[in-house]
Amino acid sequence: MHAGMPGKSYNHGVTKRSCQKTREVGDHLKKNTNKANVRLLDGNQAAAEGAKLSRVQVIAAYPITPQTPVTEALSEFVETGKLKAEYVAVESEHSAMAVCTSASIVGARTFTATSAHGLAYMHEMLHWAAGARLPVVLACVNRAIGAPWNVLNDQQDSISQRDTGWIQIYARNNQEILDSIIQAYKIAETVYVPVMVCYDGYVLSHTEMPVDIPSQEDVDRFLPTYKPHTVLDPANPKNYNLVTLADPRVNAEGILCHGYMELRYLLQEALQNSAETITKVGGEFGELFGRNYANMFWKDNTDDADIVIVAMGSLAMEAKVAMDMLREDGLKVGVLGLRVFRPFPKDALAKALEKARLIVVFDKNISYGSEGATSSEIKSALYGSKVNAAIRNFIVGLGGRDVKARELADAVRQSLTSLKTGGLNIAHPDWICYI
Amino acid sequence: MTVSQVENPDAIVVLDHTLLAYQEVISGLNSGGWLVVNSWQLPQELNIKGDFNTATADATKICRELELMVGGLPMVNTAMLGALARATQIVDIPSIEKVIRKRFTNNAIDINIAAIEKTYEITKLDRTR
Repeated sequence: MHAGMPGKSYNHGVTKRSCQKTREVGDHLKKNTNKANVRLLDGNQAAAEGAKLSRVQVIAAYPITPQTPVTEALSEFVETGKLKAEYVAVESEHSAMAVCTSASIVGARTFTATSAHGLAYMHEMLHWAAGARLPVVLACVNRAIGAPWNVLNDQQDSISQRDTGWIQIYARNNQEILDSIIQAYKIAETVYVPVMVCYDGYVLSHTEMPVDIPSQEDVDRFLPTYKPHTVLDPANPKNYNLVTLADPRVNAEGILCHGYMELRYLLQEALQNSAETITKVGGEFGELFGRNYANMFWKDNTDDADIVIVAMGSLAMEAKVAMDMLREDGLKVGVLGLRVFRPFPKDALAKALEKARLIVVFDKNISYGSEGATSSEIKSALYGSKVNAAIRNFIVGLGGRDVKARELADAVRQSLTSLKTGGLNIAHPDWICYI
Repeated sequence: MTVSQVENPDAIVVLDHTLLAYQEVISGLNSGGWLVVNSWQLPQELNIKGDFNTATADATKICRELELMVGGLPMVNTAMLGALARATQIVDIPSIEKVIRKRFTNNAIDINIAAIEKTYEITKLDRTR
């Protein structure tokens, strides 16, 4: 890729200047004093704005419902000169991620967006991006996977990519989409792990909400120009991505290099340690923009709650409405909205759920033959902890099935009754559907 | 903030009046709300009884007259915004016009605005609440 574009520089002057600015002590932590710039944006527009503000340099994407408007907006930004970037129109999602990884290897900040079958088609290259430790950022507009065909929302697509080595962030609303994409670059470029920012198709992607769009100047202060530790460059030839066998070996330069297994260990270590970076970057973002992301999950009314609802993405918003209904009935209910699914915040979560007697987990995905993915994670996180709560899992909203707050509230009431009568089914998930 | 679908709307806009044969089309409409139908009939002639107000406008005719057609079909969705605005008064014509000018391009702008204004004018109201 680099050979085809000799002399191409991905650094433009403005980011260079802003980067120098951040070196001044404490300057980058100064709170943004600019007036709010609130506009009505749907989730896809928020994602495109987030990528633009992050000054992405190479975009490769293939349109797919419900992600298509992201590609339309970004190609328009590039075409009209609002964004100085290379937009590569590819023939498939597999190629989109191949372009992103290649461009990332030569030092560019890269972005792509996709949904459902597009993400599934990318699967091999997702492993490639994470395995090669490239800070690619991807927006996944969550959509159900066929067969049968369905274009509507659930989270089966991104959950199916759980083990590819990507950090996964789920947005609750459109503001979080924009904010998370900007943070994603800072996280990815610090820990050298790619980041997937997921948001619910239609529920967020096609629904307009007020979004505060930060100024370019402020984003530049927060997010400096990407300076990769290694760049593939014809002027300085290096071997990259050789066949790496199981055991450490000496390379052509006589240096003892890691075996495949050591590289896998380092990826796992990077994911484990990324929690610290994610919360630090989220905190810095909060200091500058007034919206704090210093936690891997949101807590609402959990302090006195003996019943805690756990949900991810926009479902956590609906769960808050259910919480209000149940509180009116005098039940002490709280909501824990998962924001970061990978790395999974095990210890913090176990601490946050300490007082819970009943945990009701709603999943918009299913690991067939087991249960919802977040339910399994919660159970795993609580093993060996002090928490002694009953955990009930419900599968909801697959393929765009509407999820009502009153249905969530009913599911909690039903679980509570079962718990009191000793008949709580914890072996298998229950489904809010017509069977 | 709820993100689930609306179960009890204050207004229902029906783009094709043959859909009124299905009871679920108007189910959930709030008491005192508006049923706004694309129809050549008067609201009273629709013969729909309920705890709500009814408005009709022949948007299909307006679109045919203005030749707001795509693939031989009248595009009544924008025109019916005029009927919705007239019945509910939740938004005025200049505001709709502003959005149309922003969202549409070239010769699609004037024809859509004309259809909305014309439909606004001919909308018949039956206020029962």
